[in-house]
Amino acid sequence: MNGVHNILNVERLSMRFGGLAAIDDLSLDVPVGKITAVIGPNGAGKTTLFNCLTGFYKPTVGSVRLNHPQRGTLLLETLPSHQVAHKAQVVRTFQNIRLFPKMTVLENLIVAQHNALQQASFFTLAGLFALPSYRRAEAAAMEKAVNWLTRLGLIEKADTAAGDLPYGTQRRIEIARALCVDPILLCLDEPAAGLNPRESAELNELLMRLARDEGISILLIEHDMSVVMKVSDHICVLNYGRKIAEGTPQEIQNDPNVIKAYLGEEDADEELHAEVAP
Amino acid sequence: MALAIQQLINGLTLGAVYGLIAIGYTMVYGIIGMINFAHGDIYMVSAFIAVTGFTLLASLGVSSVPLALVTVLVLSVLFTSVYGWAVERTAYRPLRGSTRLAPLISAIGMSIFLQNMVQLTQGARVKPIPPMFVGGIDLFTSEGFTVRLAYSQILIVIVTVALMSGFTYLITKTSFGRQQRACEQDRTMTALLGINVDRTISLTFMIGAALAAVAGVMVTVYYGVVDFYIGFVAGIKAFTAAVLGGVGSLPGAMLGGLIIGLIEAFWSAYLSAEYKDVATFSILILVLMFRPSGLLGRPEVEKV
Repeated sequence: MNGVHNILNVERLSMRFGGLAAIDDLSLDVPVGKITAVIGPNGAGKTTLFNCLTGFYKPTVGSVRLNHPQRGTLLLETLPSHQVAHKAQVVRTFQNIRLFPKMTVLENLIVAQHNALQQASFFTLAGLFALPSYRRAEAAAMEKAVNWLTRLGLIEKADTAAGDLPYGTQRRIEIARALCVDPILLCLDEPAAGLNPRESAELNELLMRLARDEGISILLIEHDMSVVMKVSDHICVLNYGRKIAEGTPQEIQNDPNVIKAYLGEEDADEELHAEVAP
Repeated sequence: MALAIQQLINGLTLGAVYGLIAIGYTMVYGIIGMINFAHGDIYMVSAFIAVTGFTLLASLGVSSVPLALVTVLVLSVLFTSVYGWAVERTAYRPLRGSTRLAPLISAIGMSIFLQNMVQLTQGARVKPIPPMFVGGIDLFTSEGFTVRLAYSQILIVIVTVALMSGFTYLITKTSFGRQQRACEQDRTMTALLGINVDRTISLTFMIGAALAAVAGVMVTVYYGVVDFYIGFVAGIKAFTAAVLGGVGSLPGAMLGGLIIGLIEAFWSAYLSAEYKDVATFSILILVLMFRPSGLLGRPEVEKV
């Protein structure tokens, strides 16, 4: 509960749709600079949690407090969608990729830096006349985009329309684009879905580097246990909208509640271990 | 032959005007997926602002035609963009997220409201402007017919070409253009990247209205008269142009405008001036039947 070490405090959050409680009285702390995974069976409320964090849904009850190093405590559930990224610097990706398919990869990354450009361009006026201040801002935006594209091994694809690229590449572009917003908290919704084992291993590497080298806190929804167990510092398990367990990967693997939720009542803990083993 | 060239000139002039209005339809459709049926009336309002401006300047003793023109253009663009903003803010934004039909009905309501407002405040009669832009260049005479290029036509074509290139640059190269295209493709995601989508939509309406305002001023200069009903017909024709070009496609809107302008001019000259609107709207029906995605629009492909 210590605000200094947690970037995000989810407090007694509930999200109801009619009679259905997609999230039911959930409290969760996301430690700063670490990778936190949210796992759980289908329909456990994981994506709903993300939707509550990023202004998609207004939670029925509860609050989501972001401890911003410069801007103090921000209540995410009260911010409009665009302020979640702009002011709170919380960015998310989607389970089904949402790039701008008709734009080039580079343009996708430049759009994400729109606010900096807009300020430099005095709302497009200077942009129209290509004043030096705007050209500098544009060069900076370009540099940042190129930097991330290079680091994610995407630079050759910079001028290709994003929609024409293979699935695994699009996933990486989506992460690169999110990084261009300068996130302090990056929420990834199943980033490993549809990736082959090699791509998935690269993703593990990337996530660990982002947390370790850039100090970006990561909140991760993932079904692929080889990713979750490898990269997570902290795991939170949801089932039917409630938190049923929380702890380190080792603790979670041995938690009877988790095994029950995933595999049913029978003592099938060996199966979970089999799935989890690298 | 001479008649054909004259009609080509007339058609291109008319088409430029339709094209400018059609861009407003196509941009708004691109970004929020609705047809803004009040757009034609925004254009009509701009023509009235132009008439007021010209009359005012004439009574103030401004005799320089370029000065009057530039002043009226600036005034009309400013006031009309405010109209565009206000229409979106009051009639469409509150309905965002409701059914697709709701803003459409609201748009028709807004169209009727603007027409009636102008009719009440300005009167129902045709309003003329002081004749300022008379004259032209006689190109050549053959078969007793003189092909004439009016100064106002030259003005319309030059202004339209300049505006179109500026606008293309704005959409393809500037930060606002990228944000606008991003909103077209995925509004939710655009917001999640920190872009103020509501503001982008407002600006889109304002730019559409500004282009319509230029068209309104040009038409006022060209024909010298306006009335409260011109928005309806011009609006539907520009809408036809947008559909013909492929709604959502900006070059398509311009191309569609030119084609509609040319068809109207040639139809009037060779077949029947009374039935020129029939020609235009038959095209609308044919396009919707045989090529709903328009000339330059890409058909929606559902990926599975």
